[in-house]
Amino acid sequence: MAISEDKVAHVAGLAKLAFSKEELQKFTGQMGEIINMVQQLSDVDTTGVEVTTHVTDAVDTMREDKAVKGTDRELLLKNAPDHQDGFIKVPAIIDESEEA
Amino acid sequence: MNYFANDLTSLHDLLVKKEISATDLTKETLATIKEREQKVDAFLSVDEEGALKQAAEVDEAGVDATNVLSGIPLGIKDNIVTKGLKTTAASKILENFDPIYDATVIEKLKAAKAITIGKTNMDEFAMGGSTENSAFKLTKNAWDQTKVPGGSSGGSAAAVASGEVVASLGSDTGGSIRQPASFNGIVGVKPTYGRVSRYGLIAFASSLDQIGPFTRSVRDNATLLNAISGADPRDFTSSKREVPDFTQGIDGGVKGMRIAVPKEYLGEGVAADIKKAVKNAITVFEKLGATVDEVSLPHSKYGVPVYYIIASSEASSNLQRFDGIRYGHRAQNVKNLEDVYVKSRSEGFGDEVKRRIMLGTFSLSAGTYDAFFKKAAQVRTLICQDFARVFAEYDLILGPTTPTTAFGIGEDIKDPVTMYMNDILTIPVNLAGLPGMSLPAGYSKGLPIGLQLIANQFDEKTMYRAGYAFEQETEFHKQAPTIGGQN
Repeated sequence: MAISEDKVAHVAGLAKLAFSKEELQKFTGQMGEIINMVQQLSDVDTTGVEVTTHVTDAVDTMREDKAVKGTDRELLLKNAPDHQDGFIKVPAIIDESEEA
Repeated sequence: MNYFANDLTSLHDLLVKKEISATDLTKETLATIKEREQKVDAFLSVDEEGALKQAAEVDEAGVDATNVLSGIPLGIKDNIVTKGLKTTAASKILENFDPIYDATVIEKLKAAKAITIGKTNMDEFAMGGSTENSAFKLTKNAWDQTKVPGGSSGGSAAAVASGEVVASLGSDTGGSIRQPASFNGIVGVKPTYGRVSRYGLIAFASSLDQIGPFTRSVRDNATLLNAISGADPRDFTSSKREVPDFTQGIDGGVKGMRIAVPKEYLGEGVAADIKKAVKNAITVFEKLGATVDEVSLPHSKYGVPVYYIIASSEASSNLQRFDGIRYGHRAQNVKNLEDVYVKSRSEGFGDEVKRRIMLGTFSLSAGTYDAFFKKAAQVRTLICQDFARVFAEYDLILGPTTPTTAFGIGEDIKDPVTMYMNDILTIPVNLAGLPGMSLPAGYSKGLPIGLQLIANQFDEKTMYRAGYAFEQETEFHKQAPTIGGQN
């Protein structure tokens, strides 16, 4: 199965990644090869086979409903790129050039 | 300190008898690291100040005679968070990340008074098999500096193999402990899924990831796994099963042990020198009284495609958190919030991470989910069933760890599919949640060959017992690279 540049660009949008035109070409080729490799799975008859999404032996894991102290706010903000008055600061959601 | 001539037990004896202090051991270790880093580049950061402080505390309180890790410096893979010690997962997106808590394994090691000496290099977010995907440096194989150390835990493996530390921790999602252990001629174990808490391990593929130890001897490996295992309320997938002492009965031998060798593990694509070493290992086990039969794992050939779909899907989900908001790299010159997400991620992630996020997003997206993710999850069931059938009749599975010895730096990185095929012998173990070990079993053109032992879920003891028996009967583990000029 070949994958088109348009499809790769669409997936990049979903993944919140941006590629230059050259990168998009390179990734489309590589994605195509990887998809060809994984497509050999279509040879396997999986009619009626259950899916496996985890291999843990745990069934229901319950914990006591007990209040515990949360992490200190100052500490939580330690790695935030920008913060003010105890809140994480981010740019405007709406394009700043559209404000005027 | 000569870590080629000492193991955890002998080091512990020296510390308890006060023939060396924890501070002196740490200082010597720091000096060795400084010297050998020029050749191997295994560490991303060395915490000289923190390590010496921890060592001084051990000396002041006195080395704990009942605790073999007390005062021992260890290397930690840089995707395991360490409070106050920069943790990057070898990614630009976490270049300045300063964790505010310790991973559970680090808490356990600290409680045991082990010393974190530094953080080791890896493929970015543990995605890769050569450590060449690190955003920061190229680590070299301890035996030949033109070869890769393997990956993704290449730094942790090279640090132990070059005698910089006696032991280290890595993580294994598709072979990332066993393959570099094999390439570097040391012992590496991926425990059963759920044996070790993943709390504080920067998530790659949550249904596959496990933390495990690198050591030069099988017994040391069991000792270190003892220290990090156990249920953790902060990781609901950690197992509540009782953790046995993995060293207890380790010298019990393999007489009567039923060992299976999957014919698929010695098929085409596995190099002749590797096959020869594995066949030699089979005769060693037979001589020691085990029975060895050929079996089939018919779906193992689908392990690689199943893995790349499942691991990439889980990664695409796990790595959504890196958006430039709460921590990590935030792009400058942005117009709006959407820009922050897209530019921070596009600038912060390397190519291999982007490829996997893309494959995962594609596999999970509308229209492809059934043909990709669901199909892979079904074939995963068949792979698990193959193993279950074998373990109904056998105690252990034996095969090579890798199809070849360590490849050259730069050789495979250009072609992602070739790189992915290197993991064909290790991946099925993660998909089925089994414990797996790689240990030295030969050399070819000066490069180590790894033997892989796979046990049933939570049966690490059988794996360690077999590994120990093989190690005692052979001389492979006694060889060391000439990196320190010591032999």
